[in-house]
Amino acid sequence: MTAASTWSACAALVRRDLILVWRRRGDALNPVLFALMVIALFPLALGPEPEVLRRIAAGVVFVALLIAGLLALDTLFRSDYEDGSLEQLVLSPHPLSLLLACKIGVHWLTTALPLIIVAPLLGELLHLPAEVRWVLVGALLLATPLLSLIGAVCVALTVGMHRSGMLLALLVLPLYVPILIFGAGACNAAALALPHAAPLLWLAAALVVALVVAPLACAAALRISLS
Amino acid sequence: MHASPDHERPPLLEARGLAFARNDEPVFGPLDFALHAGEVVLIEGDNGSGKTTLLRVLSGLLAPGEGEIRLQGEPLTLAAIAPQVALLSHANGLKPELTTLENLRFAAGLNGVRPGISPPTALAGVGLSGYEDVPTRRLSAGQKKRVALARVLLAPVALWLLDEPYANLDLDGINLVNRLLENHANRGGAALITSHGAYAYTSGRPRSIPLNPNAVLGGNSSSDASEPAASKSISAGAAPTSQQERVR
Amino acid sequence: MNILTLWFHKLGSPPTFYRIAGWLMPWCYGLALVTGVAGLYGGLVQAPADYQQGDAYRIIFIHVPSAWMGLFGYFFMAANAFVALVWRIKLSEVLAMASAPAGASFTFITLVTGSLWGKPMWGTWWTWDARLTSELVLLFLYLGVIGLYHAIEDRRQAARAAGFLALVGVVNVPIVHFSVNWWNTLHQGSTVRLFGPSSIVPSMLWPLLLMAIATHLWFFGTVLARTRTGLLEVDGGKDWVRRIVLADDAGPSAPAASERSHV
Repeated sequence: MTAASTWSACAALVRRDLILVWRRRGDALNPVLFALMVIALFPLALGPEPEVLRRIAAGVVFVALLIAGLLALDTLFRSDYEDGSLEQLVLSPHPLSLLLACKIGVHWLTTALPLIIVAPLLGELLHLPAEVRWVLVGALLLATPLLSLIGAVCVALTVGMHRSGMLLALLVLPLYVPILIFGAGACNAAALALPHAAPLLWLAAALVVALVVAPLACAAALRISLS
Repeated sequence: MHASPDHERPPLLEARGLAFARNDEPVFGPLDFALHAGEVVLIEGDNGSGKTTLLRVLSGLLAPGEGEIRLQGEPLTLAAIAPQVALLSHANGLKPELTTLENLRFAAGLNGVRPGISPPTALAGVGLSGYEDVPTRRLSAGQKKRVALARVLLAPVALWLLDEPYANLDLDGINLVNRLLENHANRGGAALITSHGAYAYTSGRPRSIPLNPNAVLGGNSSSDASEPAASKSISAGAAPTSQQERVR
Repeated sequence: MNILTLWFHKLGSPPTFYRIAGWLMPWCYGLALVTGVAGLYGGLVQAPADYQQGDAYRIIFIHVPSAWMGLFGYFFMAANAFVALVWRIKLSEVLAMASAPAGASFTFITLVTGSLWGKPMWGTWWTWDARLTSELVLLFLYLGVIGLYHAIEDRRQAARAAGFLALVGVVNVPIVHFSVNWWNTLHQGSTVRLFGPSSIVPSMLWPLLLMAIATHLWFFGTVLARTRTGLLEVDGGKDWVRRIVLADDAGPSAPAASERSHV
């Protein structure tokens, strides 16, 4: 009998998920469009004065991307649950946490990375100071994988439910608070020309821990909600 | 029902006093049976008699409420059974956006393949050659079921758990399932299949386990079995179906 | 099996726990009332007025014990959830889920009293003070657990999923506290130092400790009551529940009438 190696199983899963995103590439831009529209709402609500917008720019971009990511989270396991693929993943002879880490990775790559790429542009719309721009991108690069990993655990807990969108937000947002504080805090500190390395380092440390722990937690949560 | 004494090796899958309850309402059981290599066992029961739940418990996805399951003599865990089982459930586990071949290639990458078979030959084996590049969403329900069967056929496992494998299939498809089961049994595999009785495993009638309440174990009425939930006892399964026949 | 494990095992069985909890519950409530009244008397009448805040500070006799209980409730819930998930003990699942609403209520009381206190002190109902913000996030964490518990139909699966979330949350609680403190120093707002290095006078301390005991007792009384109903619900089909219900139906003069719970 030829059992598949765990490596080739992960490769097959990554390949499959990438093909699926490519086949539904029309949906792939939705989070970016959503974030753009949310950003456009702020000048409309607060008035176009550059100095007002400049002060809130980093925070608003951060929150907009966080909510866009939250809305995109729902697709992480939804279709796999509905068509039974998730059950096949659980029954595969490989560590579930590793397979889930691959899924989360692909999901981050296809939903969060486009958001990060447009983040400087979104910042520009709100007159984000130039010296903050790269701090924002750096903070997002560290924060969004954390958001995906922590979010995945909560999605795994709500996977069997029909209308889980609102509940998912209720579960996830309190857990996102520290990430938002450090991410947006780094940008605000940079805007005030204060040292901003510490919050970024905290984010990096949290990311390292989450990379190890979150897939395991996600697998455990999934087993609970599939039972 | 007890395992026949002529088997020296422990049975592939064995259940003792297996019962499952959801929100304290008994779903099935208590149930005793053994499944040996080379056997195909039919689980018969009406809608709602717990067939699907039983298969999910046996596949390790659900923890049994009471009783125990042994896999080759060892207590069953998800990690132990995962490399040995292929599950066909109501949801086919196929991605509608992928072609049939892509779906099977993914399954092969995930689970490995049985020697002497490959995704294209598995597809041909279920009568779908020529459909390699058709997106799965374009297939009919019966054709999707065949692709899912090809996935089961491909997996390098001894134990098949098939939930309603005959559903949605035409007469030709039913014969195909029977042929696949027979081949699997002949090469030393074993299968548990559920059916609500409309179709039958024709070539050599298999041993069957009736799941309807009160028809499970003749006299043994435990305190749980006398609950009001036993109102669904149409006891259609009381027919003499529990004869100990081996499939050859 | 050693005696301790045996005792633990026996206590963990729902009928035994149901009986013991029924016996303990009135004591918890009764002692909570006694200590609570004594503590309030000490705090509201006996303790001197604060030289800075006048009588307004007296709300701490509710606010501070509630804040402790909000946090304690979360850790109590998470500890039970841990036991429930690792050893699959039904009682712990029920206990964890019974402590969620109790802890959330204490957190809510903390927020309301904090806001009431803020009005005379800071001139505003709400301020983004580090402690209040952490408390708010704690309430959100509670609401997530309760929401998840009620969204899943199967009671035991719901308890396990919500318990798992509580465990994720308990890791988050210190991180939230830390991050909010950091955030608060970054945005140096109008933070009033409420408990500075100055030590609290004994005549204020003993009512506070009495109130802490009262809130603990009340918390456990509520948790025991909720656990009893929860156990009846999860074990609805079991013999021991049927016996209790039948004894209940036999008439209000039955000896068990004093410890009835509505099923």
